[in-house]
Amino acid sequence: MKRFLRMARIGSEGLKLHPLRSLLTALGIIIGVGTVIYMLAVIEGRGAEIQERIKARGSNNIILRAKKPQDDTKASASRSREVVYGLTYEDARRIHDTFDAVDVLVPVRDVSGSVYSGDARCDTVVMATVPWYLEVSRGSLQHGRWFTDLEMTDASPVTVLGAELARTLFLWKDPVGLSVRVGSKVYGVIGVLESTVTSDERESIKRDRAAYIPLTTVRERFGERNVKTGSGSMDIERVELHEVLLRVKETQDVVPVADAVRTMLRRFHTNEDYEMDVPLALLEEAQRESGKAKQLFGSIAAISLLVGGIGIMNIMLASVTERTREIGIRRALGAMRSDITLQFLVETLILSVAGGAIGIIGGIAAAAIHEQVVDDSTTMVTAMSVVLAFGISALVGVLAGVYPAVRASGMDPIEALRHE
Amino acid sequence: MPAPVLELRGVQRAYSMGDTTVRALDGVDLVIQKGEFVAVMGPSGSGKSTLLNLLGCLDRPDAGQYLLDGQDVATLHDDELSGIRSERLGFIFQSFNLIQSLDVLQNIGLPLVYGGCDPAEAAQRSRALAQRVGLGDRTGHRPMELSGGQQQRVAIARSLSNNPVIILADEPTGNLDTRTGDEIMALLRELHAEGRTIVMVTHEDDIAAKAQRVVTMRDGRVQHDTGIRA
Repeated sequence: MKRFLRMARIGSEGLKLHPLRSLLTALGIIIGVGTVIYMLAVIEGRGAEIQERIKARGSNNIILRAKKPQDDTKASASRSREVVYGLTYEDARRIHDTFDAVDVLVPVRDVSGSVYSGDARCDTVVMATVPWYLEVSRGSLQHGRWFTDLEMTDASPVTVLGAELARTLFLWKDPVGLSVRVGSKVYGVIGVLESTVTSDERESIKRDRAAYIPLTTVRERFGERNVKTGSGSMDIERVELHEVLLRVKETQDVVPVADAVRTMLRRFHTNEDYEMDVPLALLEEAQRESGKAKQLFGSIAAISLLVGGIGIMNIMLASVTERTREIGIRRALGAMRSDITLQFLVETLILSVAGGAIGIIGGIAAAAIHEQVVDDSTTMVTAMSVVLAFGISALVGVLAGVYPAVRASGMDPIEALRHE
Repeated sequence: MPAPVLELRGVQRAYSMGDTTVRALDGVDLVIQKGEFVAVMGPSGSGKSTLLNLLGCLDRPDAGQYLLDGQDVATLHDDELSGIRSERLGFIFQSFNLIQSLDVLQNIGLPLVYGGCDPAEAAQRSRALAQRVGLGDRTGHRPMELSGGQQQRVAIARSLSNNPVIILADEPTGNLDTRTGDEIMALLRELHAEGRTIVMVTHEDDIAAKAQRVVTMRDGRVQHDTGIRA
C-alpha cells in the first residue's frame, strides 16, 4: 500500500509537468462523461415531466370515450341521417356492476350549445355529468360548489362553469349566484372550476370552456339527440354517453381491469365506436420509451468513452516512448517492473478519473444551462448516472493504461538507457 | 584475507546479431576487493560495456558465476536484481542520466524511493549528499539548469544515496571538458579515499591513470591487469 502511494505520487507528478497535454489527453473522457451525465439528466428530466403530467390525469383512472365510427357514413346516409354510436348507460351500468375493483364511475355526456349571459355568448360544450365528477376528473373548484345528489335527482337547472367560460361571460364579475342561459333555458351558476392541468391541451381547453350540468337535467331538457348543422347538411347524432371515467381502487388492478372492460365492451359494440385511454399504460409506455432513449444514448456515450479511452492509450504509448530513457534510469536505480507498471497505470488512472470528475461537473453544468435555455424543460441528475459515469471512466482508465504500462515495464533497462 | 566484494568466475555472455553470435564476454575472471578503485579499459567491442552491465546487475551471464558481496547473483530473477540494484549498487553514467522532471534533491533520492526508504529520511539524506558534492545551494534546481559538471556531481550524490557496496561508473568524464573532468575525478578519488569501492570504465589513459588498478579488456577477456599500484 505504501509502495502504491509512492508510485501514485510519482505518477501524478508526471502529469503535473504537462498540464495542457494532460488536459487534452483527458478531453475525450471529459466529453464522454459530460455527455453521459447531460443526456441522462435531460432524459430523466423529460421522463419525470411526462410522468407528472400523466399522473395529473390520474394514474388510477381509465377513460372511455365515444368515437364516431369511420365506416358508418355511407350506411347512415342511405338509411337515415341519424348516427347512433358511443357508450350507453347500459355500458356504464354493466361496468359498475361487474367490476368491484372500480371505485368510482363517472358518466359524461357532451351537448354542444351556446351559453349566454346577457349579451355575452359563448359557443361551447355542455358537459352533463354526476355529483361525484370531481372525484375522478382531478378538477377542483375555484369557488362556489359542485351540484348535489338532490339537484341530480331533481334535475335542477344549476350549472358549474369552467374557468375560461366564466371569464368570457362574466369578465371579472363573480358569476356564482348569477344565471346563464343555455339554449332557451336558464340555469343558476353555483360554482366555478379552476383551470385544468392535463397532458392533453385540447382536453384542457374543452374542460375550461365547458358548462357542467347534472346529467338528469340535460336528459330532460335536451333529449338524447345532438343536432349539428354544417355546410347545408344536418347531422343528427344519437350518443348516450360521450365519456365514462373509471377510477380503480388499486393501481396494480388498472391494467387488468382496462383489459377486461375492453373485452366486455367488444361484446356489446360491433363497431369500434369508443376508445379507451389508460394514463397508467401511457405512463408505462413513457417509462419504456425513456428506457429505450437511455439505451440509445448510453451506447452513443459508450462509443465516445471508447474513443476517449483510445485517445488516452495513444498518448500514453507516446509518453512511454518519449520517456524510455527515464524508464531505463529508474530501472537501473532499482525500480522493479511492477513499479514502472504501477507508475504508468496510476498516471492513466488519475487522468481518466480526473477527466471523469471534470466531465461530471461539466455535465451537471450543461444540464443546468439546458434547463435555463430551453423553455419548459426540467433536467434531473441522478446519483446513479454520476456513479455510473465515474465507474466507467475509471474502468476506461485502467483498460487504456494497462497496455502502455506493460510495454513500459517490459523494456530492457540496458536498451532503455541507450535510448536517445 | 576478507571475502572480495566482487568476484567473476568464467563469466560468458554472447549476443546473437542476426546469424552471427557475438561473444561479448568469453570467460572473464576478476576479483575486486573492498576499497579498490579499478579502471576498466579496452577498445570498443572489447566487452567492457557488457562487463559493466553485468556488474551492475542489469544483465545476467550465460555461464559462469558472479558473486557480489558473497552472493551469487547470476541466477537471480528480475525483481531480485532490481532489489540488488536499489540496495547495493551505485551508478554513474557518461551522460549523467538524471531525470529532467525531477529537481536535484529528488534525483539524488531516487534510489531510496525504490529502496522503500521513508520519504522524510530520504530527503534528509539527499540534502546531506547534495552538500557533500558541493551542491547544497542547488537542491531545488532542475538538471537542465545545471552545468555538465554539476549534473555529474548530482549523479555521484545519487550513486551514494543508498550507501552501495560498489559504485559503477561508465565513462564518468566522457561528456565533460578536461578541467571539469579532473574535478569529477578528484571527487571520485575522495570517495575512494573514504573507503568506497569504485569500478570505472574509461578509454582515456590519463583518466585510468588516476585509478588504483587498471584492467584491460580485449575480445571479451581480461588481457592485462596491473594489480594494485601504489
